[in-house]
Amino acid sequence: MRRYLIPFVIFLVLLIFLGIGLQLKPREVPSPFIGKSAPMFNLPVLGKEQTSFSPDQMKGQVWVLNVWASWCAACRDEHPLLVDFAKTQSTPLIGLDYKDKPEAARAWLKQFGDPYQLSVSDIKGQVGIDYGVYGVPETFVIDRSGVIRLKHIGPLTKDALEKKIIPLIANLQS
Amino acid sequence: MKRFSILVTALLLSFAISGIGFAQSNAAPSVSDNPALEKRVLEVSNELRCLVCQNQTIADSNADLAVDLKNQVRQQLSEGRSKQEILKYMTERYGDFVLYKPPFNAATLMLWLGPFLLMLLGLIVLVRQIKQRKQELSKETFSAQEIERARQLLDRKLGNQ
Repeated sequence: MRRYLIPFVIFLVLLIFLGIGLQLKPREVPSPFIGKSAPMFNLPVLGKEQTSFSPDQMKGQVWVLNVWASWCAACRDEHPLLVDFAKTQSTPLIGLDYKDKPEAARAWLKQFGDPYQLSVSDIKGQVGIDYGVYGVPETFVIDRSGVIRLKHIGPLTKDALEKKIIPLIANLQS
Repeated sequence: MKRFSILVTALLLSFAISGIGFAQSNAAPSVSDNPALEKRVLEVSNELRCLVCQNQTIADSNADLAVDLKNQVRQQLSEGRSKQEILKYMTERYGDFVLYKPPFNAATLMLWLGPFLLMLLGLIVLVRQIKQRKQELSKETFSAQEIERARQLLDRKLGNQ
């Protein structure tokens, strides 16, 4: 009996580990930014290139930074959620237009709707690198003191928005 | 027929060559003409993981981000930064995962020590098994009848040869 039991237990343990392995999402690399200050930048505002935006201007309020681009197909998937978010939530939503042509970006926003309070153009992608962006779209939640509290990699889902992001914002605002 | 096949071969070859040309123009657009610097760029990029195509280094990958990061490495090297400083710059942004050789810390303890632990476990099991077997063998006793039978079997075998 014992002879069969031991290999069976080993097999079960292996099965559990493989099962856990299947649940992991290797594309979602833990971000080193959680709990750290959002990196500084100063970029021209899309459509109003003579003005610039810096995260400093958001000090004192909780805000959301969404990295997008007109060439990014997955951004189109999450876009309706962002439009909806902008309509129902008062939290400022800032767009970081990553490695994009400003004309193409403006046309894209015209076509699909502009949920952003403003978007900044990161034409060379340097700010993207500073924020550790590797898979557009990405979404950051930044608190009142400018600390990154959450990073969502890939397109937002209704689930992630309603169960993680909106409760977190409410929590940070209270 | 032969002429036709030559034509087809030539056509295919020209496609292949133009294809290669295209691939090269796509890869690493800004390479400096300083071979010593390029060698160092390659050395550092070989230690950085491409986060878009996770099983490649940024040296191997032509993904957009990999090209950007290679340019970043090139720029920082030409500004005189050390390899350590550049690896630190990258881990500050992308986490330990960006290093192709993971650092030894609490989270990677099992990764580094796991194989040795498994080998040790295997050795312990092996030694125990051998000891147990030896004990069993030394305990075993045979009756005179059994010994006689074994001898007969052995004799028959030898006799047959």
